Amino acid sequence: MSRLLGIVRRDLHLALRQGMDSTMVVTFFIIAVVLFPFGVGPEPNILARISSGVIWVAALLASMLSLERLFQTDYEDGSLELLALQPVALEFTVAAKIIAHWLTTGLPLIVAAPLLAVLMNMQAEGFAILIVTLLLGTPTLSLIGAIGAALTLGSRRGGVLLSLLVLPLYIPVLVFGITAIDATLAELPARPHLLILAGLLVAAAALCPWVGAAAIRQTLDS
Amino acid sequence: MLHRFANPTRFLRLAAAMQPWMAALTGVMLAFGLYFGLFDSPGDYQQGESVRIMYVHVPSAWMALLCYTALAGSCAVSLIWKHPLADVAARATAPIGAWFTFLALVTGSLWGKPMWGTWWVWDARLTSVLILFFLYLGYMALDNAFDDPGRGARASSILALVGFVNVPIIKFSVDWWNTLHQPASVIKMGGSAIHPSMLMPLLLMGVGFTSYYFWVLLIRIRGEICANKVRSLRLRQVHEQPSADDLSEEAS
Repeated sequence: MSRLLGIVRRDLHLALRQGMDSTMVVTFFIIAVVLFPFGVGPEPNILARISSGVIWVAALLASMLSLERLFQTDYEDGSLELLALQPVALEFTVAAKIIAHWLTTGLPLIVAAPLLAVLMNMQAEGFAILIVTLLLGTPTLSLIGAIGAALTLGSRRGGVLLSLLVLPLYIPVLVFGITAIDATLAELPARPHLLILAGLLVAAAALCPWVGAAAIRQTLDS
Repeated sequence: MLHRFANPTRFLRLAAAMQPWMAALTGVMLAFGLYFGLFDSPGDYQQGESVRIMYVHVPSAWMALLCYTALAGSCAVSLIWKHPLADVAARATAPIGAWFTFLALVTGSLWGKPMWGTWWVWDARLTSVLILFFLYLGYMALDNAFDDPGRGARASSILALVGFVNVPIIKFSVDWWNTLHQPASVIKMGGSAIHPSMLMPLLLMGVGFTSYYFWVLLIRIRGEICANKVRSLRLRQVHEQPSADDLSEEAS
């Protein structure tokens, strides 16, 4: 457990010292959402109608942007091999790196989301549920994305490939995140959608570190 | 039993013997299936003649799932037992499965226009099959993304196993979400809901599509094995005699 926290702390330190990563992700998130009022016109009703979807899709793309760096830098300077040689299962290391990734990208996105909800003219009832769905959903995105990041290590044109692999797997999270918000706005119970979202998170948390570790092992073996 | 056919040479001999039989079975089944399906079966009392799209649409959708299951199965075998033939089988299956999925999507869209009044709806079944198509594409892209083909095969095998979660979702999507696509009617509790006059051509087409898959699979596997041989021969050639580029570099 202390080793796991150690890796989380190391990655957080690296992210904070190198600075720009989280800020860039949040900036991308904001700019991507701000493009929509220009694209569809500033009609308040239309913006309110599409707000949940636009914010979720932009958050999904923003969290995918930083995935490539999840293992890439460690792989290039060789520290990934040292991390794999630790007397602790590689699965824990992968889980720790995913936690660090979520803390540096997912959490800032959630903090920025209410501001964007205001800009997109979302109804006030939707704010709380937007935060809840993002809290349940973005960790799942980081977990699934870690598989893609581990699989594309050392490949040609990694970034584009990564999005091709990861985006189809993101769709269920996106669907249930948005239906939960829309159900609340339509004054229907959001609980079933939230439960499925939580179920996806639990299943991903149980499985993804194993798959990611298997992918990293086959990378380091060859 | 498995190890007996693990040897590529023995497999190649067997494949060469099976290939014409598979081709003949495919031809006969598709000919009978298409004849009964297009000419000698009744139109639907509601859908009229356009119900005949079913005889292509349903078997393609079955094959899309069957190919992905075969793909995930060979990937699991290749990861667990490092079986060289399983790698080749997986790589040969993926494009066939992708085309069947594409066919299922296109015929479904053509059927949807007259029946549902729309080319496409974001129904659970349609969406999950579209995701299956993207998974096939992702598998093939990852397979080709590495300079070392072995790395590509291992990475894409892991991806194929992860993507397998989608297969039960597709199967049960019509039961879990009540949307536009109709629920299963061929195989269900209490017998099939399709009249024998329509079920028979459908099953003939299903058998025909399956034997078509095995036929093309055998051709592709033989092609892959030959390509591997050519690659290793080329590599040996390069190692034995320095190429013109190396000589000119040495001269300069």
